[in-house]
Formats: sequence, C-alpha cells, structure tokens
Amino acid sequence: MNRRLSVFNVTSLVIGFAFLYLPILLLVIYSFNASRLVTVWGGFSTQWYGALFRNEALIDAAWVTLRIALLSATLATILGTLAALALTRYGRFPGRTLFTGMVYAPMVMPEVITGLSLLLFFVAVDFDRGFWTITLAHTTLTMCFVTVVVQSRLMTFDRSLEEAAMDLGAPPLRTFFSVTLPLIAPSIVAGFLLAFTLSMDDLVIASFNAGPGATTLPIKIYSAVRLGLSPEVNAASAILIGIVTLGVISATLLSKRSVLRSRRNAH
Amino acid sequence: MRRSFAPWANPDAKPLIRFENVTKRFGESTAVDHLSLNIFEGEFFCLLGPSGCGKTTLMRMLAGFETPTEGTITLGDQNLAGVPPYRRPVNMMFQSYALFPHMSVEKNIAFGLKQDGMPKDQIADRVGEMLRLVQLEKLARRYPSQLSGGQRQRVALARALAKKPKVLLLDEPLGALDKKLREETQFELMDIQHDLHMTFVVVTHDQEEAMTMADRIAVMDHGRIVQVATPGEIYEQPKTRFIAEFVGDVNIIEGHVQGQENGLWRVKTSSAEAPLTIDDPDEVLHSGQPVAIAVRPEKMVIQRDPPGPGAINVLTGEVWDIGYLGDWTVYRVKLANGEILRVTRANASRFVESPIDWDEQVYVTFAPDAAVILAE
Amino acid sequence: MMDRSLTRRLTAGLVPAVPYLWLGLLFLVPFLIVLKISLSDPAVAQPPYKPVFEWSDISGFLGGLDLENFTLLVEDDLYFRATLSSVRIAAVSTLLLLIVGFPIAYGMARAPERYRSLLVAAIILPFWTSFLIRIYAWVAILKPEGLLTQALMGIGLISEPLDILNTETAVYIGIVYAYLPFMVLPLYATLEKMDDTLLEAALDLGSTPWRSFWTITVPLAMPGIIAGSLLCFIPAVGEFVIPDLLGGSETLMIGRQLWSEFFSNRDWPLASAVAILLLIVLVVPIVIYRDVEARRVEARP
Repeated sequence: MNRRLSVFNVTSLVIGFAFLYLPILLLVIYSFNASRLVTVWGGFSTQWYGALFRNEALIDAAWVTLRIALLSATLATILGTLAALALTRYGRFPGRTLFTGMVYAPMVMPEVITGLSLLLFFVAVDFDRGFWTITLAHTTLTMCFVTVVVQSRLMTFDRSLEEAAMDLGAPPLRTFFSVTLPLIAPSIVAGFLLAFTLSMDDLVIASFNAGPGATTLPIKIYSAVRLGLSPEVNAASAILIGIVTLGVISATLLSKRSVLRSRRNAH
Repeated sequence: MRRSFAPWANPDAKPLIRFENVTKRFGESTAVDHLSLNIFEGEFFCLLGPSGCGKTTLMRMLAGFETPTEGTITLGDQNLAGVPPYRRPVNMMFQSYALFPHMSVEKNIAFGLKQDGMPKDQIADRVGEMLRLVQLEKLARRYPSQLSGGQRQRVALARALAKKPKVLLLDEPLGALDKKLREETQFELMDIQHDLHMTFVVVTHDQEEAMTMADRIAVMDHGRIVQVATPGEIYEQPKTRFIAEFVGDVNIIEGHVQGQENGLWRVKTSSAEAPLTIDDPDEVLHSGQPVAIAVRPEKMVIQRDPPGPGAINVLTGEVWDIGYLGDWTVYRVKLANGEILRVTRANASRFVESPIDWDEQVYVTFAPDAAVILAE
Repeated sequence: MMDRSLTRRLTAGLVPAVPYLWLGLLFLVPFLIVLKISLSDPAVAQPPYKPVFEWSDISGFLGGLDLENFTLLVEDDLYFRATLSSVRIAAVSTLLLLIVGFPIAYGMARAPERYRSLLVAAIILPFWTSFLIRIYAWVAILKPEGLLTQALMGIGLISEPLDILNTETAVYIGIVYAYLPFMVLPLYATLEKMDDTLLEAALDLGSTPWRSFWTITVPLAMPGIIAGSLLCFIPAVGEFVIPDLLGGSETLMIGRQLWSEFFSNRDWPLASAVAILLLIVLVVPIVIYRDVEARRVEARP
C-alpha cells in the first residue's frame, strides 16, 4: 500500500514522541548532576549512584519488589493462561458471565478499590500483611492482564492445527503440549513480562497490603518523593529505566535473531 | 484398468465405510439429515455440494471431530461411536492444510508416526519415502512459512499419508491453489491414490474437480444426499433439477406431459410451437404432470437455415449474445416466450465463412435422447 | 476406560475451576467485604471496623447494617465535590488525550509499513518504565524554578516563573502523559486497518480533505475512539498518584479522598463507602467498556 506521510503527520509524530521521551531523558540526565538541587545543573557526577548503593533500606526494598514480582508474575501466568483457555476453549460453562466479569473488572477498576478490598479481606481472614499479601494481591490483578493477552492469541489460533494433531494420533493433553503451547508461548511470555512489570511498578495496591516486614521499591520512592525532589531517586529511576530499556531491546534482538536463524537453517 | 472397478455395483461387496441413518444437529439447525451412504475400499469418493450442504460435517464426523446426533458410522467392522479422533485409522488433509508452523517439513510429516511410537530410524525412512512421493526431498528442513501454496499442499498430503491410514479424508484439497496448479494436482492425487490403493474421501464444492477425480460422487444438498453415482451418470442422468443445475451448465425447459408415443414422451411447453419429444424411458409420468426438461448446451444444435418439415424439437429465437471462448463459442438465444437458451458449438475449424451473428434469427434443435425429464 | 475418561474430565474441569476459584476468593469476596464494611459503624479498636460476621448473630449482623456512612457522604459536600471534580478532570483529560493522541496514531498508521512496528514499540516502551517515575519526572519540569520555566525564560518567552506544579493543569499534563499509550494504541489499531482507497474515493467524489476526515476517517475510527476514551477515562477517575504528586492540596479527586480517609483518618468504613461511591460512578462506563470489548473480541474471525 502506498501511504505517504504529510508534513502534519511527521510533525505530530515528532512532537508526540518528544513529549513521551523528553521527561524521561531529563530525569536520566539530571541523575548525573553533581548538585543536590535536582533542577540546577552543577556538573557531571556519579555520586548519587554511589549513595544509592550504600542505601541499604532501598536495596532491601528493591529485592523484596523483585521477589514479589517474580513470584506473582509466575502465578499470574499460570492462572491467566488457564483462564484464557477456559474462556476460549470451554464454550458456555456455568457461571461464565460472572467469570468474564471477574477477569475484566480488575483491569479497569481503580487501583484504590482493588487495594482496599484486598486489604479488608486479608484483615477479615486474619492474614498477616507483608510479602505474601502483596504477592497474592498482585497475582490477582495481573492474572487478568495475562488472561487478556493469551486469550487474544488463542482467539486467532487456527483450531485445525489442534485437530490435525489429534487426527494424527495425539491425545488432547499431548496435543496441547506439542502444538498449542509452543504456538501460544510468545503470548504467555508477553503476559508474564506484563505481569512482572505491573507488579514491579505498583504503588497503590502494594501500599494498602504492605506490612512491617515488606516495603516495596515504589513505596520507598513514593515516600522519598513526597518529601521533595531527591537526586538519589533520580539515580534509582535511571537504573530502572536502563534495565527496562536493555530488557526490551535484547528481547527484540533475540526474537529477530531466532527468526533469522530459522530462515538460515532452511537454506 | 480402472474401468472394471465398480464394487458398488456388486451386491456381495462389503463396504469399508457405512453411514447408517446419520443425523447431526447443531442446536436448531440440521447439518446432516438421516443420511445413509456406503463407501468401498479403494474408492476415490467425492462429496460434492454447495457450501452449507453438510458435506464438511459428514467428513468431520468420519474423522471424529463431530459426534452424530443419531445413527452409526462403521469403518470396516468397527463402530466408530465414542472413538476419539486420535484413535481412528483415518487421516485428514485439512482445507487450511493446518501445517504446524513451529515444525519443519520433516517434523510435520513425522508427527503422526511419533504418536504411534515408531522407532526413530523407521520414522526417518518413512518420512524420506513420503518426501520422495510428493517430490519435496530438498525442502525437508524448511518451515511452512517458507513454502509456496503448492508445496504446503504437498506437505499436508504427505503428512496425512505417512501413517498409511485406511481412509484419507481431503477437505477441499485444491481450493487454495490457482487454476493451473489445481489441474496438475488433480491428476497427481489420482495417481497417488491409485498407486497406494487407498480409499480417498474428498469434500469439494467444485464440480469440475469432482468429475475429474472421483470414481463416484455423492451430491449433497440441505444435509441429504441427492444422488450417488459415477461422474458420467451424474452429468448425463441427473436425478433432480438441483443436480442438473449444480453440475455443469444446463437449459431447463418447463412444461406439461401430454402423453407417450412409441416409448417417447411428448411434452407441451411455451418455448416451442410443437410438443417436444423426449427419450427418457426410465421416468414414470402421467398426463398433465408438470415436468422440467434438461438439455446440456453442447447437446443442442444451432443453425441459421430452417430444419426440414419432419424435424422434431425445434426452438426458434434470435441471437442475444455470443461469447467466443476459443475452443467453444457460446450462443445465448432468446426464444419468443422470453426464455434464454445457452447453446455451445465446438470451433472445429479455424475459419467459418459466414458465422452466425448477433440478432440473427436462428433455429435450435436437439435429439430426443439428448434431454432428460425431471419430475417437478 | 470409564476411569480414564473420568480422570480426564476432572483434569479438564480444573482448567476453568482454578482461576475461577482464585478470582472468586480474591476478587469477589473482598469486594463483598467492602460492601459490607461500608454499611457498618466505625470502631475505635484495631482493625478500625466492627467484626465482619458472626454466624451466631445473623439478625444482629443485619440489624447492624445501616447507611450511616453514605448519609455522611451525602451530607458532607466534600465527597460530592470530589466526585464531580474527579469526573470533570477525567473527562477533560480524556478529551485532551484524544486531541493529542489522534494525530500521533494517525501519523503512525500512515508511516511506511516497515517502521510501524518500531513506532508501536516506541509508544509502548515508556509504559514498561515505572509509572511513578514518569510522574516524578514531571515534578522537576513543572516546579516554579523547574526545567520548563528555565527553558522558557532562556528563550525569552516568559519573564516570570511559571507556577504550574500543584495546579489542575499539572494534573492534566500528568494524566495525558501517563495515559497516552492507552489512547494511541486502540486508535492506531483501527486507523491502521482502514482502507486508504476509501479516502481516495471520498476525494474523488468531491469531498474536501477536511470533510473526508470527519465523514470517513472519524466514523471508521469510532471503535478505537470509544475503546481508547474508556480505557483512559475509567482509571483517570480513580487516579491517586497523579493528583497526589502534581495536583497540590486543592485538587480534589475521589481516589485521593479514599486514600486519605484510609491512611490519615483511619476511618475504614468511610473509606469503603467512598470506594462504593467511586464504583457507582464508574459502573456505567465499565459496563460499556465490557460490552465494547466483548463485541470487539467476537467480531474477530
């Protein structure tokens, strides 16, 4: 198709992406600021990164966040994949409408409500707040996102592939593991990454469900920010942004490479 | 050598596949309606019909993807009820080919053999054999996305054949190929079926495909089988107007039976002045009964000069359209009553001195045995 | 044979049952608890509400429920103003998002095909970085002595420092910035599928480009416009972080109100009542969104 970009199109793209990326870029640049005043440039320095690595409370919070994110994303991926299979492969099972509602609602419901309701639940069943309550809360929220990601892949999935496997003698379970799972695997990985990021990022639900033993990085950053700008937060942010950028770029390169490799193998 | 192959004509022959009074309903709608059918070993059998006629459902019941609401399906001596698709000695070539995109060509072909727990070296041999059969040895390591449509079709065929099924089901096997490739592949499929002496059941909506390949064709409509016969019988002796119109081109002339003379039926129509004379002794008709006369376009003769005084089955009209197709010319002739006939003429010589032209007054005739009477 | 099929059926039943039970226990039940607590009296003891349920005292339980908290919500016009203000801020932000997002999505849809997936990735990339950090970045920009003021004064556009931080304007900027991907992606998805020849046909039939935009492009992009708007509007109404960090004390938003009832005033029943109120405000858009999503999903082949 021969589409042409007008001057207007190019301008809106340039301004739009500048708007999206400039604040992040400034944040990263000012993390190398020698001055304690975040908005006044006082020369290049990496001192805040040093201070960051000596801040044990922050490092601890980072570890807690990472562990919660890994665990909840793993649980959410399993639950979300099962839910997606239930929604696409089980037709009209009893209570399906309620089930669909429960999958979609947490995604659009304001986080303050989800956070509050889960907290009240944990209090009601006398479950101590801390690492596990945050993990369970995050699993509940993020499994819905995994469900939607995997479900949309299953929707476009050619059912005749599964029929072909069964026709060739593979029982349902083997069909699932040899044909369905490898083909929906990219969406499952995407769902996992989404769940992981959402968990790493969450402030509101974690704040409601955090306990004395478990403070997450967003909670730490939030309380630091409430006290005013801090170059240490800039440094922490820059590291997080760096990790994410590296992760996304390497994921893209890996998927490109595997495509290239399969092409090369063919010849 | 195939001429003698006609087990359906032998009352003692035991069919390989038997559909007995099979019905399949999806909610309110009936896809297959009390259908009975026998298919014999070694047969190249075509299920032909318009989309939604139930042919695909019938095939999917045989493969095990759908369960009949009523009736039984037997394969050999085995009642297939309750046998899941992965335990049926039947393999299918899917319309979309359903090649596993994450497996190479050889892995695709080996898939079914692996499910049977065949030893690795035997699998390799069998895959090699299949690749040679469909002439894809060089592409064994490619992935489906790197193949052309025709190559994918061959892989799908090889994969379905690899397990040496008792019956191979082919769902619109040539539907995704372009016209030229389709013709070549038709003959290849016939050769493979003949060499392997396997039973093929093909679903298609393309009557040309069915006519070319099949030993017998079952024409389906609205979940029922309208006629099961050899291609020749289907074309020359269609049982109903639906079949006459669905398979090939046909002119339908409606009228009423006047009576029988010397074993020939006389039918009064508004298309010709004199009653038409039809030689169709098998029909049992009574006077005054409304009937349809079906005449294939190539069995009609178009001429400029009036036929002699004793001529029968003469229709008069003027040339409405002429379509030159190279091997044939199609004339559309408008009769006095407004009906339009389609008449074809083979272009046997390269030059015709004064060809029939547009708007010309012409006479169309046909022999009594060129037509079939279809009871309305 | 019988046993095997029974086991298989049980295994198959687990697929929907496990996530179903999980969501039932950790989404539905907590939600019912919120409803229940919003109807109960505040208590001084920890946790700050009366015991949830005693099987022995059903009549007492039912009798103990009242609408006291809701009466309070109605009587104190703080909540009413907070609700209105949340809806207003969310609506204005959604409109701004449409205005900002449409040209971007349109530009992406018209970009050469090989760049499109890159552009989509570039729109999504900021989403993978922390929401909190992205909002924090704006604090440094919008401060009175911040980077925006420095830049504008540097090129001589203004002479006085801009005081945007802690105003509603800052909240709008924050919401537009944070939610832009949610608006652009659905819009892009519909615009990208649009057949260019439709516009050519409209131009050929004598419609001006501007008219063609309104009569062809916008109606065809409607599913994307609706999905994107709801996707931004619903969470924006309950937003907490953005008004808290950028909005200053006078920006009233209901999500923030809930937070402060809970963490500052420790009045859990009232916080629950605010949550219910927020949900009532959002029920209609959420139901519409569910409907739109379901239809979109079903429309697929």
